[in-house]
Amino acid sequence: MTVEQGLLNVTSEEGTLVLAAAGSWTLTTAAALTRTLDAAPPPLPDDNGQPGRIRLDLGQLDALDTVGALLLRQFRDRSRDQNHPVLIINVRPEHIALIDAVWRAAEAEPVPPEPGRPLYEAVEAVGQASLKTARAAVELISFFGQVCTALLRVVMNPRRLRLTALVYHMDHTGLRCLPILGLLSFLIGVVLAYQGAEQLRRLGAEIYVVNLLGLSILREIGILITAIIVAGRSGSAFTAQIGTMKVNQEIDALRTLGLDPMELLVVPRVLALMLVMPLLTFYANMVALFGGAVMSYILLDISFHQFITQMRIPIDFWDATVAMIKAPVFALVIGMIGCYEGLLVSGSAESVGRRTTKSVVESIFLVIVLNAFFSVLFSTIHI
Amino acid sequence: MTIDVTITDTPLSIPRSEAVSTPALPAWPDSVIQVRGLVTQFAGHVVHDGVDIDVRRGEVLGVVGASGSGKSVLLRAIVGLIRPSAGRIVVLGHDIGTLTGSRRIALQARTGVLFQDGALFSSLTVAENIRVPLVEHTDLPSSLIDEVARVKIAMVGLPPSAAAKYPSQLSGGMRKRAGLARALALDPEILLLDEPTAGLDPIGAAAFDQLIGSLQHGLGLTVFMVTHDLDSLAAICDRIAVLNDRKLLVGTLESLQQETNPWIRDYFSGRRGRAALQAGS
Ligand SMILES: Nc1ncnc2c1ncn2[C@@H]1O[C@H](COP(=O)(O)OP(=O)(O)OP(=O)(O)O)[C@@H](O)[C@H]1O
Ligand SMILES: [Mg+2]
Repeated sequence: MTVEQGLLNVTSEEGTLVLAAAGSWTLTTAAALTRTLDAAPPPLPDDNGQPGRIRLDLGQLDALDTVGALLLRQFRDRSRDQNHPVLIINVRPEHIALIDAVWRAAEAEPVPPEPGRPLYEAVEAVGQASLKTARAAVELISFFGQVCTALLRVVMNPRRLRLTALVYHMDHTGLRCLPILGLLSFLIGVVLAYQGAEQLRRLGAEIYVVNLLGLSILREIGILITAIIVAGRSGSAFTAQIGTMKVNQEIDALRTLGLDPMELLVVPRVLALMLVMPLLTFYANMVALFGGAVMSYILLDISFHQFITQMRIPIDFWDATVAMIKAPVFALVIGMIGCYEGLLVSGSAESVGRRTTKSVVESIFLVIVLNAFFSVLFSTIHI
Repeated sequence: MTIDVTITDTPLSIPRSEAVSTPALPAWPDSVIQVRGLVTQFAGHVVHDGVDIDVRRGEVLGVVGASGSGKSVLLRAIVGLIRPSAGRIVVLGHDIGTLTGSRRIALQARTGVLFQDGALFSSLTVAENIRVPLVEHTDLPSSLIDEVARVKIAMVGLPPSAAAKYPSQLSGGMRKRAGLARALALDPEILLLDEPTAGLDPIGAAAFDQLIGSLQHGLGLTVFMVTHDLDSLAAICDRIAVLNDRKLLVGTLESLQQETNPWIRDYFSGRRGRAALQAGS
């Protein structure tokens, strides 16, 4: 008699392999049990040359769980396929119900995976992706239309405006954005002044650093910084908030209560962003110019007074205001995409994360593309 | 006693009557969950004030109580998700309050929890949900894990096609079953269920009760079950604990009907309570 890791005692009779289960056949011993059962010797053929039988005695088995019962069944099936019928004896009463339940469950046929057709599937995937992109573009445009009509409705009938929500979102997207936006704008101003000063000093044209700073910050850089920070901060928050509500079926609940998610969730967010974005842009511009002025003073000894006087020469009314024209448009794009992606969330927590990433990437992309478009537009109409 | 079972090509046929006539219940030599003087509170709002309970090995304990009386909080305290303000909770001989690190993880692998709303991982399919604890806590080969997941799905009465579905594609009752399958993944000794039959149709609820009863018999589980379902209480619970006025009172369906406390009397002696008791006996 051999003892194999205390799980199975093997003896051989004429034409029959006698196995006695011992110890516990459970999840914790499953790896050893698998090895032990695999290593069980095949029974010798009997006198008549018939394939041998296996007798498995479960009388001394201390503990059995689902995994043990499953391995028992796999052993039975495998031996039977090799023409060695298995006779299981001495099943303890407390194990009967378990074996019964597991074996019945194990009989359920697994669903066969779909047969694969690689080439066909690849072509189909390309087609599906193109269709999806086209459809998404159409849907985004129709969502844009819906947002515009909802905004118009609110403007026509200001009573429908959710004032509390509007103020709340203005606070969160505007006021609370000031520290980080201020810090980054200041640093950008400093860096621009530093780089400009280095180059212009070689030409002896230090004072033109003011022109450089004034034009680039007021026309392009201030608004871009603001838009990128707002997209990363507030656009993503919109998607995550609305997306989580979607997962919890809160959006469905709103609809059944006769409340319009567009009016309740989208309009206050988009409107709040459109109202605070010009203010944020103005603030970012001023702080960046201040950063530039500080750096000019340190590096080039240009006093604040000189800085302001010099700045009035190249800067006209339009230079100072184009950013304010762009700001509400960018705000509309960022807010709209944030809410749109949030409403597209489906089911899972993972989808919230994916949509949030998408919303930030898409809105920054669109902001930069629109900014280029504005540049062309403004230069053709000479402002 | 032992019985001969001959396994042939036909499905295993075990004399059910014999299995039932010799129940595998031990004579409660020990209690697997001991709670002593439990006090829990949230920001001054006391939920439990001196709760004592012993859950015996192999029993099904039903916990009832008004909505908001702290049943879910009790369950969360037992699994260690909430730190009580006072009292001791001992699970399988380990004090939850002092257990840390790998010993705590090892203990958690011996208890299975089904939360009130399923709490399935929404980005994984049902089969992947069941694989999670198996992959984390065992070193079984992947093929065996797949097989175990398949068996658990069938054991809780889900169709095989549910395996590849995501939780958001399942009905409420199917999510409950999938949650149960995940709770059973590691063959725990203790199963804690929070309102497993809430939101199921009566036939589905009865089938779920039967499922829990048969799993409890077959796997030798101890079940701690929060429920409002009087039919479940009558059908499968050995004892019933009532959470009332921040305290816990333990008894059987019959003994609790004799209680003088108005809430308990109304609960068990109302029309529905009596009907369930009659049906159960
Ligand atoms: N995280 C928490 N913070 C504050 N209070 C909580 C928290 N969780 C639960 N509570 C409070 O504890 C009390 C008990 O809550 P619990 O969820 O246990 O109720 P319950 O008995 O399970 O009710 P139900 O039958 O409705 O599920 C409630 O008053 C609830 O407000
Ligand atoms: Mg609860």
